[in-house]
Amino acid sequence: MTLANPADRGSASSSSGLAATLRHAKYVISENPVTGLAFGMFLVLIVAAAIGPYIVPYDPLASDTKAALQAPSWAHWFGTDQLGRDMFSRVIVATRLDMGIAIFSVALVFAAGGIAGIAAGFFGGWTDRIVGRISDTIMAFPLFVLAMGIVAALGNTVTNIVIATAIINFPLYVRVARAEAAIRRQSGFIQAARLTGNGEWRILLTQILPNILPIMMVQMSLTMGYAILNAAGLSFIGLGVRPPTPEWGIMVAEGSAFIVSGEWWIALFPGLALMFAVFCFNLLGDGLRDIVDPQRRT
Amino acid sequence: MHGVIDMTQATTLTPAEEARGPLLEVHHLTVEFATRKGIVTAVKQVDLTVRKGETLGIVGESGSGKSVTSYTLMRILDRAGRIAEGTITFSGIDVANATERTMRDLRGREISMIFQNPRAALNPIRKVGDQIGDVLLHHLQAEPRNVKAKVIEILEQVRIARPQERYHAYPFELSGGMCQRIVIALALACQPQLLIADEPTTGLDVTTQKAVMDLVTELTRARGMSTILITHDLGLAATYCDTVVVMEKGKVVETAPAEQIFRAPQHPYTQKLVRATPRPGIALSDLLPEAPAVPSPLPVGERSAPQAMGEGAQTSSQMPDPVHAAPLLKVENLLKEYPRQGVPMGFFAGLMGKKAPPEDALFRAVDGLSFEVKKGESVGLVGESGCGKSTTSTIVMRLIDATSGKITFDGMDIGAIPAKEFAHHPMRRRIQMVFQDPTDSLNPRYTAARAIADPLLRMGEQFGIRGAAQMRAKVEELATMAGLPLDLLDRFPHQLSGGQKARVGIARAIALKPDLVILDEPTAALDVSVQAVVLNLLEELKQTLGMSYLFVSHDLHVVRLLCDRVIVMRQGKMVEEGTSEQVLEAPKAAYTRELIAAIPHPPV
Amino acid sequence: MLKLIASRIATAIPSLIGVVIVTFMLTRVLPGDAAAYFAGPAATPQAIAEIRTKLGLDKPLPVQFVDYVTALSKGDLGSSLSTGQPVATEIASRLPASAELTLSGLILALAIAIPFGIMAAVKQGTWVDHACRVITTAGVSLPVFFTGLLLVYVFYFKLGWAPAPLGRLDVFFTAPPTVTGFYLIDSLIAGDFETFRSAAAQLAIPTVTLAIFALAPIARITRASMLSVLSSEFVRTARAAGLTPYKVIMVYAFRNAMLPVITTLGMVFSFLLGANVLVEKVFAWPGIGSYAVEALISSDYAPVQGFVLAMAILYIILNLVIDLAYGVIDPRARSEA
Repeated sequence: MTLANPADRGSASSSSGLAATLRHAKYVISENPVTGLAFGMFLVLIVAAAIGPYIVPYDPLASDTKAALQAPSWAHWFGTDQLGRDMFSRVIVATRLDMGIAIFSVALVFAAGGIAGIAAGFFGGWTDRIVGRISDTIMAFPLFVLAMGIVAALGNTVTNIVIATAIINFPLYVRVARAEAAIRRQSGFIQAARLTGNGEWRILLTQILPNILPIMMVQMSLTMGYAILNAAGLSFIGLGVRPPTPEWGIMVAEGSAFIVSGEWWIALFPGLALMFAVFCFNLLGDGLRDIVDPQRRT
Repeated sequence: MHGVIDMTQATTLTPAEEARGPLLEVHHLTVEFATRKGIVTAVKQVDLTVRKGETLGIVGESGSGKSVTSYTLMRILDRAGRIAEGTITFSGIDVANATERTMRDLRGREISMIFQNPRAALNPIRKVGDQIGDVLLHHLQAEPRNVKAKVIEILEQVRIARPQERYHAYPFELSGGMCQRIVIALALACQPQLLIADEPTTGLDVTTQKAVMDLVTELTRARGMSTILITHDLGLAATYCDTVVVMEKGKVVETAPAEQIFRAPQHPYTQKLVRATPRPGIALSDLLPEAPAVPSPLPVGERSAPQAMGEGAQTSSQMPDPVHAAPLLKVENLLKEYPRQGVPMGFFAGLMGKKAPPEDALFRAVDGLSFEVKKGESVGLVGESGCGKSTTSTIVMRLIDATSGKITFDGMDIGAIPAKEFAHHPMRRRIQMVFQDPTDSLNPRYTAARAIADPLLRMGEQFGIRGAAQMRAKVEELATMAGLPLDLLDRFPHQLSGGQKARVGIARAIALKPDLVILDEPTAALDVSVQAVVLNLLEELKQTLGMSYLFVSHDLHVVRLLCDRVIVMRQGKMVEEGTSEQVLEAPKAAYTRELIAAIPHPPV
Repeated sequence: MLKLIASRIATAIPSLIGVVIVTFMLTRVLPGDAAAYFAGPAATPQAIAEIRTKLGLDKPLPVQFVDYVTALSKGDLGSSLSTGQPVATEIASRLPASAELTLSGLILALAIAIPFGIMAAVKQGTWVDHACRVITTAGVSLPVFFTGLLLVYVFYFKLGWAPAPLGRLDVFFTAPPTVTGFYLIDSLIAGDFETFRSAAAQLAIPTVTLAIFALAPIARITRASMLSVLSSEFVRTARAAGLTPYKVIMVYAFRNAMLPVITTLGMVFSFLLGANVLVEKVFAWPGIGSYAVEALISSDYAPVQGFVLAMAILYIILNLVIDLAYGVIDPRARSEA
């Protein structure tokens, strides 16, 4: 039963799928303010990534030894680090890089893992075995450890962080896409589509894919948070991004030396920014799941 | 605590006293559910009485509130549900207001319940013997030292062969019928006074249904127990119950002795249900309400559309007489083998160049089946689950390939065309199908109009449809034929009722003017009144369009209504073949006789 | 049961082969000069050539692979450039430190998360449930290195309750004689309660850090699977048979609800072994994670490769144990074997 579907109320109002989905999205947000909040947080991140470098009060790379290790004040909202750089400017400017790494890696794995998973689930047989074997092999490693190994082997660059993050997320996407495709492969409407002369590829593209995309979008949002954490973790141990580039993980690493002497702000604010971003995507993912599938609420 | 004392008093009544007084009395019961859309009243002002030793049937279609009523009697409604009004008195105990502790003493010991889907009703990872033992120990009917012996005794009573061994079985190791026996054993373990059976045989094969119902009747009668049988099947209720209560939309519309319900139904809804129930000696049109007599309570779209069939009468007269017509479909020696589960085949067999696996690794779903369908003929393929009827229809449909055998369609060997290529074959449009589950068979992202148009877009060259307007006109024509109101065409499947979805599926199947339509249990997921309408619609369409049907079903009565000839299948083989009358009225094979005997025979 | 063990081990073998191939490929097949990696950043072209011959990198790939597997089977993971020590020995001596930390983190997380998840499901809609949902969503959003630093700031710098985040033991103590390699256990065996207290104090904050990290996914899946089991038909049957809520929840619901939790533990281990690396860095914990991080920074490749392989093998073994535990609880999994 789709009790919650607002389109049920107005009888002939469902003129198009998109309009109905948008109405449903609006309804879900009004029902669940947390999802609305997540959308708001998402907007903040987007703005910071887009225009952050142009609006920050200080140059994030300019050091000022006279103003080193200052606690947060009106002049420096988030304080300054050991070189006197303004932490607020650095945290805001880092948004673009952190989000960029996460978005690129998720987009990469969405395409690769999604296609591989749907093909495996729909065609079965050899395709399924090969895709399954690849993702099993990746899953046989603790994922963060594998990412360390990949970045170490490929070379210590930001691009390789993107690639490593995509690779370790691959099995998650394959699993979701494969399961969804396999369920639908046996369903009546796919059989019906065969009866009306649709070829297998056509069925895959016009019948299976549109039904799976929403679920994949949810997966994307949920793994965005994980991708951000993973990339930050790699730079925390000194991989990928090099100082003095502002990046949340490396800034927390720099601040960690000062925690034991009480200069908490250097590590705290980039850490909070990380949490903010990950929390936003996790909430957003849960909210999107409600929009896509009201029955799967937990 | 006072409830417990009341109960012990109740159980010490003399048999004579017991026989007179009602065991259970429900008065003005109203149950409400809090949902996201507000309060929904599921049961309204229901009155019921169950006397000692009586069997009461509660009959209703989906959404009638019959199951909610039974959960309320046990007070096992989920969190959102509550008793808004009314009283429930069981053996003098006020069930509606009793404490949870009192209820726990009642449940299992005084009132017990058996459910639909027996396999899901048992804990999948606990031995069935231990599950029965839990109930015995809890209600102090056994002690740890003798519990096993008691459980085995109960297993013997529900006729489980080799009870010593089955004690240690897990539910997944037992068949559906066997699981239902375990559930019955669980329910009867503590010798309760009242048994509530909620759709106990839905989903079971008809012969298993008979065995289960006979067992329940025998055991409850021997113990002098009362029973409430909740079912959607009026025939089943009338066969096994003393009194039948008919519910509609949360209300009781009629209460009558079982023998009167078919003979003289009083309420219009009961009359409609009675008419819609397939039974011996009636014709297809008898299923529908007499046209002018009763205003149909069905929503728009559930009504049949004979008016749309204006031209039907003329075309039907041109139809060839099926008996002498040329065969349209000829199936010879059809064989389909599957690897047995658990036998590793795929990967390594593939590597070794597909070595023929040993015989016992293969399971024959269809075993040397031959039959014909003539032009304009309807042939029924009947059998219990696992008999191979659905595999047969899927092969004939050319969705999967047979292991061996020949399928000739209109003189062409279509069995030789691999299933994968058949999608693009010109013959594709001539064989179409109506699916079992109307919900599952519609793409949730397509509107009804888009779903009906799909075959026309792919293979509809013959109709010369140009542009959106012509397509829309064609879709509307098809919808009208299938009796689907045109204002529903822009809705998505989740906005349609089951019957409306079935109509969309039918409109889609006839869009390409096929010669053969395979009906795979097309009404199995529908309520009986909707089934009546859909069956009539199918018959009318056949007359109008001159199609042939291959009707796959488990229900001999339904098949008889629509089909000229019937094939009875068992374990992949044909058991009997003949005209519908021959097979139903003078069955030759013992298995067919068994099947027919297992169908409930209500007193008519 | 033996059949189950045998079949599970058989399924682990392809993973093991895959892991060995991937670790081999990480150095030899991917673009870049492996000899240069192994020689380190400061090496002269001559030294690189020498390393190439020494490691057999001038031979064809299949030969290299055979050499690699042969060396592996002898327990040879190469030697570290910076210390000159064999990698295998170093990893073996540092493994107990990592294992002690990971296991205590996991045990603490399980001890909190499972009762919490069950409470949230049984008392659905109450404050316990809301708290569970907030904590699980917030918990998965916490970067583990950040939690560690916050805890250090609060409990070491502000409150002074915890010792300095510098390794497994206070500098004034000596490690207990090695029996298991776990200081907590070894100090008890030696009867040295002072050392035990010191080891426990050092372990406490890193353990809590890891537990906070692992708690969220476990509590989340426990709540979800408990909810689905509680609404299942066999629980309704058990309730209809009058069994007490305690019996229904503990015997009927709990064991079934644990099945998805056990499956999820595999994922949790994967996260934990990764998080372990970060936590070791924060607390200067002398485990294999910090060994690998030090090697990474000095571009000392052999220890990194050895570390990745060791972690993968450990993870495969853990998954094997999880599979077996699943088989013990679920008779259906046993019969499939």
